[in-house]
Amino acid sequence: MIKRSRLRPLRTLGHAFIKRIWRLGAGARLFWLTLISSGESFRRLHLTIREVYFTGVMSLIIIVVSAFFVGMVLALQGYNTLQRYGSSEAIGVLVALALVRELGPVVTALLFAGRAGTAITAEIGLMKATEQLSAMEMMAVSPISRVIAPRFWAGVIAMPVLNVLFCMVGILGGYLVAVPLIGVDAGAFWSQMQANVDWRLDILNGVIKSVVFGIACTMIALFEGYDAPPTAEGVSRATTRTVVTSSLVVLGLDFVLTSFMISL
Amino acid sequence: MERTTIDLWVGIFVALGVAALLGLAMKVGNLTTVSIGETYMVSANFENIGGLKPRAPVKSAGVVVGRVADITFDPATFEAVVSLSVDKRYSFPKDTFANIYTAGLLGEQYVGLEAGGDEVALKNGDKITQTQDAIVLEKMISQFLFSKASEETKDSPPAQASTPAESTPSDSTKMEDDALGSNPIDAL
Repeated sequence: MIKRSRLRPLRTLGHAFIKRIWRLGAGARLFWLTLISSGESFRRLHLTIREVYFTGVMSLIIIVVSAFFVGMVLALQGYNTLQRYGSSEAIGVLVALALVRELGPVVTALLFAGRAGTAITAEIGLMKATEQLSAMEMMAVSPISRVIAPRFWAGVIAMPVLNVLFCMVGILGGYLVAVPLIGVDAGAFWSQMQANVDWRLDILNGVIKSVVFGIACTMIALFEGYDAPPTAEGVSRATTRTVVTSSLVVLGLDFVLTSFMISL
Repeated sequence: MERTTIDLWVGIFVALGVAALLGLAMKVGNLTTVSIGETYMVSANFENIGGLKPRAPVKSAGVVVGRVADITFDPATFEAVVSLSVDKRYSFPKDTFANIYTAGLLGEQYVGLEAGGDEVALKNGDKITQTQDAIVLEKMISQFLFSKASEETKDSPPAQASTPAESTPSDSTKMEDDALGSNPIDAL
């Protein structure tokens, strides 16, 4: 017989694995429940609009400022390399494609997870800790259709909007560096960009990416809050987990989505 | 916060988003140039299309008049069949010449149409018979090297001809030595 203590590492491994799977299943169940009970978030639209205000409008400043700087830095770095090959006019294409295809959706999602995701997790975790959710259930009000679903749809709506704003402001930042500062020809900047950025393959795919990231980020934030232990420590840990899990999921999903979109 | 204020801010937010998407589509993307409107399809056979891709521009006199719609391989003739969708506003004569050009030395490839002199215009589903293949750079380089090599084998018999050419530099260096040698004397 093998001693029981020898098997301990294996047991902890199994426990951790089962816990992960359990959380995945619970998250999927919450996602499904949210989808089927999201009728009220559209019938009483002001619930969703309120949440769009808190997740979308309040994230505008950080999104716009970081987009502006990302665009400017992209133009500076791109120019540094491109002028060696005598094709500094291609800087518009470089900035636009990098932003629309990759940086826009991904950076927006990462910022969204940090700005809005944590707020959602902390709010719902605290609602649970102060037994507001239980109180709602006592009054026969479903917390999922009243609290979870409006926040979910607000995140799904806000993310693509923030993404296109990020792309537009980033391109503006790139333009400001490339044309007035460096002295690239403005006509070449825009015309090369227009010739090489495709509406469906680049812009629409970027928007599709951001919708998927919006679903993932918001759902992770909602689940972490809903699943948080009702203590101060539990809520703070759930908030941390929201940022870590959302960021990793966004990066992983981005690879999967890109590989699908490139092959199409 | 008042519900009306929130509504207003969300309205501004969504309107900004729609405006940014429109801006991306019009200013950044090529939605305006892609939607050529009414087009007609013409096909052309090429022995070699090089790196031509679907959606590549079709140009005539440098102006984009259409796009490459589809590229297929014809197993009967072993040729590439390129279908071009050309803007209906532009009609081309039946004996139009289709070439595959490269924009710049290593740039993207496009189809160039050169109008002929025929009275009858190309219609939807017609085939352009006069085509010229893409220039494949590797092929050109190998041709160039082969022709160079054959030239050299022709040149090799008069090998003595090169020896006087070799002797001239040594002569000139001797002259320079003399000049250098004489300079100090001049200075004195």
